[in-house]
This record gives sequence, structure tokens and C-alpha cells, in this order.
Amino acid sequence: MSEPVIYLDNNATSRVADEVVEAMRPYLTDRYGNASSMHRFGGAMRRVIDQARQSAARLLGCEPDEIVFTSGGTESDNAAIRGIVKLAPEKRHIITTRVEHPAVRTTCRQLQREGYRLTELAVDRQGRLDLEELRQVLGDDTVLVSVMTANNETGVIFPIAQIAELVRSRGAILHTDAVQAAGKVPLNLSQMPVDLASVSGHKFHAPKGVGILYVRRGTALAPLLVGGHQELGKRAGTENVAGIAALGAACKLALDHLPDQQRRVKPLRDRLEAGLLRDCLDARVNGDREHRVPNTTNISFEYVEGEAILLLLDRLGICASSGSACTSGSLEPSHVLRAMGVPFTAVHGSIRFSLSRYTTDREVDTVIREMPAVIRRLREISMFHPERDATAAAPTERTIRLGPRSS
Amino acid sequence: MWDYTEKVKDHFFNPRNVGIIEDPDGVGQVGSLACGDALKLMFKVDAAGRIVQVKFQTFGCGSAIAAASALTELIQGKTIAEAEAITNRDIADYLGGLPEQKMHCSVMGREALTAAIENYRTGGRAEHILEGKVICTCFGVTEQEIRRVIRENRLTTVEQVTNYCKAGGGCGGCHADIEQLCRQENAEPAPAAQTPPAPEPAKPRKKLTNIQKIELVRKTLDEQVRPALQADGGDLELIDVEGDRVLIALRGMCAQCNVSEFTLAEVVQAKLREFVADTLVVEEYKGS
Repeated sequence: MSEPVIYLDNNATSRVADEVVEAMRPYLTDRYGNASSMHRFGGAMRRVIDQARQSAARLLGCEPDEIVFTSGGTESDNAAIRGIVKLAPEKRHIITTRVEHPAVRTTCRQLQREGYRLTELAVDRQGRLDLEELRQVLGDDTVLVSVMTANNETGVIFPIAQIAELVRSRGAILHTDAVQAAGKVPLNLSQMPVDLASVSGHKFHAPKGVGILYVRRGTALAPLLVGGHQELGKRAGTENVAGIAALGAACKLALDHLPDQQRRVKPLRDRLEAGLLRDCLDARVNGDREHRVPNTTNISFEYVEGEAILLLLDRLGICASSGSACTSGSLEPSHVLRAMGVPFTAVHGSIRFSLSRYTTDREVDTVIREMPAVIRRLREISMFHPERDATAAAPTERTIRLGPRSS
Repeated sequence: MWDYTEKVKDHFFNPRNVGIIEDPDGVGQVGSLACGDALKLMFKVDAAGRIVQVKFQTFGCGSAIAAASALTELIQGKTIAEAEAITNRDIADYLGGLPEQKMHCSVMGREALTAAIENYRTGGRAEHILEGKVICTCFGVTEQEIRRVIRENRLTTVEQVTNYCKAGGGCGGCHADIEQLCRQENAEPAPAAQTPPAPEPAKPRKKLTNIQKIELVRKTLDEQVRPALQADGGDLELIDVEGDRVLIALRGMCAQCNVSEFTLAEVVQAKLREFVADTLVVEEYKGS
């Protein structure tokens, strides 16, 4: 058993709920049948899958036959985007945003290399979209618009219902990556003209490797995976019965606990945020605080670097994540924060805390108590500390050195 | 999570020689807030020419702090000549190795050391300034620096060069140039058919008319500088050219990114000197 941690990285992945483990256990042990089999031992799996489908439909606010089980968010994103453009080869324009998850971004950019025209919508300093810009770029040639419901790094929620109306009015298809919204805010997919939505189980206490692609009735989709009739021909492959049963259980729990997100998780997140802003100097929140999922806060601690913060937090048993370049393995910091125009002084020191319904008051208090010392310690090592002597390349100073060095 | 050695962790959690020397004999600062890491190295030298006191300040990730700390232990008590022989490899080896993508932290250490020694030798006059042809505009890395890193670490690919000195890690516009440098340093003849050498823009050295000069400045900015800035949400505007004075204004992200150790004006100046005329002086327009 590993040592207990304060887990505030739920947008990366989340703890598998005990009830979910119990729900999937039979299908990992005694009940290993294949739902497509002719015998009852396998055929009984069909009912298990149907039940999960109903639970999923209730969480997403749609009909069960609009649910396609997949291996997760990335597959759902790929399947949605590829599956739509394939069926309308005469249309050559795709619209997405500059802050999408790589699963959407990379797929769209690949299509761009294959000859599609791609528009990536900008966001403002708060991470908000300009719907007027969307209105202007939508054309008769636009086949697909892919806009996330909530951002994984900042938690900022886009006005999907309004976007859906706009996209529908211009005859294009709307896909939304709802991975960070499902289970955190109510989704009523049937109530708005969204055509496709991606959901990932492990973000709300199901295990990794199972997700959902919502496909609105009447939306034609070319399957990404072929070679079987499963999932109404929209996704071939023997059903992951244990994973699907687990996802069904997680959907049911998420729906039951949805009011808690506003009632309990949000106040905790707000307390964490307020405490950190109060006790750590030069800290700022990234993203629109009014329109955010209840569990996420993204805070920049200026003049320090994110990976160093995470390493010190890790030693205290606190798990979070960062948009800094050094945590990604690339040299470029978070594309989301850069698209928002967050200054470099802040982007490298950005830390995302993402809570869950398992987060306790005590854990939040511990982080509020420990964080100031972590930040202070790194600022003491840094030459960019704002309170240090001004000659040591203080961030507000700028000396343009021109000409040969003798000058 | 990075797989850091115990030694890296030790130097990160317990960094040695952090701080400032009020009156250093040598000081060198490299990197910037924009690039994500920076290092300032200071030392005192005794009458016998030995480094007797050394301090550092670092803004950066775990391995950047560890590499700086290791560097101070490596040079403590050494003569300047001995210290000068230290390579980034020595810093990485001292730490029991660094992840490949983090090797640039060891290079930053060596660069700061080089800059501090130069500063010491010139009696505190020399600052680390951007010299020579800038290859990577995103991270402000020169040809000279890339060649040195390739040689000292026997690098062969663009990806390695990016891991070691960040060059090529931004917009990617310089990958062909870096590839060429790798080939040259490894003394392999360029395969003629596969990668034709990047067309060298004409470098007019004859006296330009003012109109020609402005045109060439504009063209160089459009082709050589702006793509990298725009990839980062920034831009620049050419305000005026008066004789050899080129006035530029920074826009968007670039306007806030005012903490670079090399300034944007320097990068632009290096590019313009390379492609237009080596007498040009770039100034930032501060008016509204």
C-alpha cells in the first residue's frame, strides 16, 4: 500500500470509487462472457451493458441509444472528428479553438496537413471565446466545429448551448470534448443541438480505458474502428464489459453526487484559492472565475518555476500539476495559458489544483498551510524575486544593450 | 515524472551555495524568465587565482537548480584555467546523469560559467551579450553556442540539440539550419538530393538606398523574426528607419516579455545585421 497523499490532480485522473470497483469485479472474475455469444453465459453481458448505457444516458441527459462506449476521451475525440469529416468530403473547413486538449488539436492539425482549412479560435485573457469571431468564420464550407465544454487546465466553461445554436444555424456539425465537464456540471445534451460529445470515465472515478462518445440520433458517423457490429456499428470490438459496468456505476454515482459539486466541492475550491492568494505573494488566478467547473483552480505563482514547486509539494505528499514547460518534456509552456496571453512571468509558475468529492477540508487546509513556505523557498533561490535588489535583473527593469560591448 | 538521480534530488532539496556575493570578481547570468530558466553565477578569486567563494541564484526547474548547485561545488577551489575546462558533461556526470530532455540545464551551467569567467577576465566589464548569427529566434541561441554543444556532447540530431540548448524547441523554423550544423560538426558531407541547403538570402554589402534598406529590413522582419514571435502570440511593428537606427515596437505577448537576458531588440538587431547591414542599431520605440 502506498503512503496516503493529498490528491488535488483530479483533472488528470481520479480515484476509482469503491462502489465502482465492486460493480466491475464480477466481470473480471466469474462472469467473463462475450456479449455477442449465443449462449446465456455470454448473452447475459448484453443486459449489463444496456444498464450501463442507461446510467450514462441519464448523466448526459440523452437517450441510451445515443451512447457509444469507447476506450476513453482520446478515442472519442478522434472518432468524432474523423468520423464526421469522412462523410462530407466536399466540405473542407474545420473550426476549433486554441485551447483544446491535444486529442482534438492534433487530430484537427493532421486534417489540416491532409488539406483541410483549419481555424483555431482565439481566447481572451480570461480564456473566453468571442462568439462573434465564430459567427464570422463559420461558412458554407465548414463541416465541423469542435469546441470543448470545459478546459482541462483552467476549468473555464464555454457557452456550448449558444455555440451549438450558432453552428446548427449554419449547417455545420458540432462536437464538444466534455471530458472535464461530465460529472462536474449538469449536461443536458438532448436539450441543445450538440451533435457529438466525448466523455472519459477515469475523470469521474471510473477506471482508465473506458469512455463515451455521444452521437445524437440522426447524426451520421463513419466508424473509426471497423471489424464488428458492436455499439450499433459505430465502434467495433468486443465490449469491455468490466469497464462499461464500472463506467455505468460511476455515471450513477456522479449523477447522485452532482449537487455536491456545487454544495461542497466548489466552496472547498474557493477556500483553497482564497487562502493561497492571501498567503502567497504575487499569485494570480488564470481564467474566468465566473464560468468555471467547480473543482478546478489554476494559480500562477510569479517568479518561480512550476516543476520545482511540484517537486517540493510532492515531498509533502501533495499532488497537483503545472503548465510549466519543464513538466511536459517540451520546452514550450502550456498552450492554453499562452493562448490566453498569460505573461511569461506567470506561465512557468502556474499550478493547477483539481479537487474531487473525496477532497476534505483538512487536506485543503494543509495545502494552504504548506504552500507559502514552498513558494518562499524557491523565490529565495531565484534572482527574479521582486523584493530583491533591483539591480539583479528585476523583472520590471529592461535594459536594452545595444552596439558593441565597449559601449 | 522525471527520473532524477538521488544526487539530483539531493542538490535540488538541499542546494549548495545559494545567494549573492556583494562584490564578485566574476559574474555571469544566462537564461531568462521567458525561457523558463535562468542562472546567475558569482565568484571571488584569491591572489593565487583560485576561486575561493562561489554563489548562485536560479529561476528554474528541479534539475536547473541541481545543476547550478553542482556547478558551484565543481569550481570551488579551482583555478580559473581549471574551471574553464569544465564542460556541461562534467556537470551532468557529477549529478549521476540528467534525463536527456533536461541536459540543457547542464549547458546553462556551463554557459553561466563561461560568461562569469569572461566577466572576470575583462575586469567586470563584459556582460554576456548575444554575439554572432542567431539560429533559434525563439530561444535566442547562436550558431556558436549550437556548434559548441554539438561538439562537446557529440550530438547528431536536431532533437538532441533541442534537448541540450533549447535551440529548435519553439516554432521549429530553424530545424534545417540546426541539421546543417550537426552535419558540419560531424563532418559528414550533405546528401545533395535530400536536403538542399537553405537558400542563403543575398547579403548586400554595397551601399543601400534608404528605400532599399527599409524594404530589406521589412522583408527580414517578415520572414525571419515575425513567425517566431507570432507563434508565441506576439508581434512587432517597424516604426521607422533613420539612417542606421531601426525603430521597432513590440506588440502582444512580446510587449510584456520584458525580462529576457537577451532582449528582443538584440535578437532583431542580430538578424538585421546579418541580412541587411552590419551597422544597424535596433531600438525599441517607447512612444504610444
